[in-house]
Amino acid sequence: MAAQVRVLRQRIRSAKGMKKITKAMELVATSRIAKAQARVEASLPYSRAITGVLSALASNAQLDHPLLTPRPQVRRAGVLLVTADRGLAGGYSSNAIKTAESLMARLRDEGKEPLLYVIGRKGVGFFRFRDRPIEANWTGFSEQPTFADARTVGETLIKAFTAGADDADGGPGPDGVRGVDELHIVYTEFHSLMTQNPVTRILGPMQVESRPRSEAKPGQLPDYDFEPDAEELLDALLPKYINTRIYAALLESAASESAARRRAMKSATDNAEEMIEKYTREMNSARQAGITQEISEIVGGANALAASGSEV
Amino acid sequence: MAKQLHVELVAVEEKVWSGEAEMVMARTTEGELGVLPGHAPLLGQLAEPGQVRIKLAGGEQITYEVAGGFLSVAPDGVTVLAESATPASAPQSR
Repeated sequence: MAAQVRVLRQRIRSAKGMKKITKAMELVATSRIAKAQARVEASLPYSRAITGVLSALASNAQLDHPLLTPRPQVRRAGVLLVTADRGLAGGYSSNAIKTAESLMARLRDEGKEPLLYVIGRKGVGFFRFRDRPIEANWTGFSEQPTFADARTVGETLIKAFTAGADDADGGPGPDGVRGVDELHIVYTEFHSLMTQNPVTRILGPMQVESRPRSEAKPGQLPDYDFEPDAEELLDALLPKYINTRIYAALLESAASESAARRRAMKSATDNAEEMIEKYTREMNSARQAGITQEISEIVGGANALAASGSEV
Repeated sequence: MAKQLHVELVAVEEKVWSGEAEMVMARTTEGELGVLPGHAPLLGQLAEPGQVRIKLAGGEQITYEVAGGFLSVAPDGVTVLAESATPASAPQSR
């Protein structure tokens, strides 16, 4: 009896320890959500401004840029997957991976060879373990991405995309680099604290909404002067725009990751609480059973003594 | 000053500065440029590394070091887009 009480007491102690850890992680994740949301908010003016500038440019100039023109034949498609660096975030990473897998299956059905680009240790681990090729990967910033991180990723992707322009069937083109003809991104959209959905978007070729000059009402779209000329500007702006898109996706994924982790840790804390309660009940009844047995032993002994005394 | 210029200086990670100013001076890849209210619409790539100087109504001047920047002049104001913008170390006041 006493042994059982001791075992239960130990279990309660370890459940309490776990609860403390998960509670702390929950609180950390909660504060990170707010921070990530603030950063999403802070990045909005720039992305709004660059979109405005691009569509102004698109409406004023002939758009003929490799990043904007769909390729006649798409042989390879790049897939950028955003996952977490750490686990303990519920289904966050595995949901994103699943979405990427179905995207790649679809690309294969369309006769395109998918090339994987992965952000986050969880995604890298998933594909390494299965011996699947990863074109490039970046880790270490999934929770707090900076624009510099997005730029590194963007540069690699844009390089691959531009290199893909001259590829021949089954091999690299004259430049000797195997590139891609399409760019997709899979990241997790942040809807609310409770729902985050993995989504796929096309990064390239891009579609810029432009209104032809003749249709534009006077005063609505000004005639712009360009310094340097429009082609050079487009050359400089488009990569920046792609980087901005990647940065926005990273920020939103970071918010989603924290939200997913908060929810996972909250239910872990709740479970620990439930376990503590259950074990405490069991321990109390075990202790009570022990006491009851001791009393009944004493009473039994006293009764036996009394009975033997009366016989003498 | 009757006419003022609405200026927004935005970096990727945050909005750096916004407000009314008399004049914006910047250097594009083509050359030094000053924008006064009523300037014709313009899109320009800023020289690297570049400084953007914003002249306020009181004669005060704010200077930012801008990297990877673009300048967009529209009828409703001036927008400076930058990958990063930091206040210049020694603010000039004239």
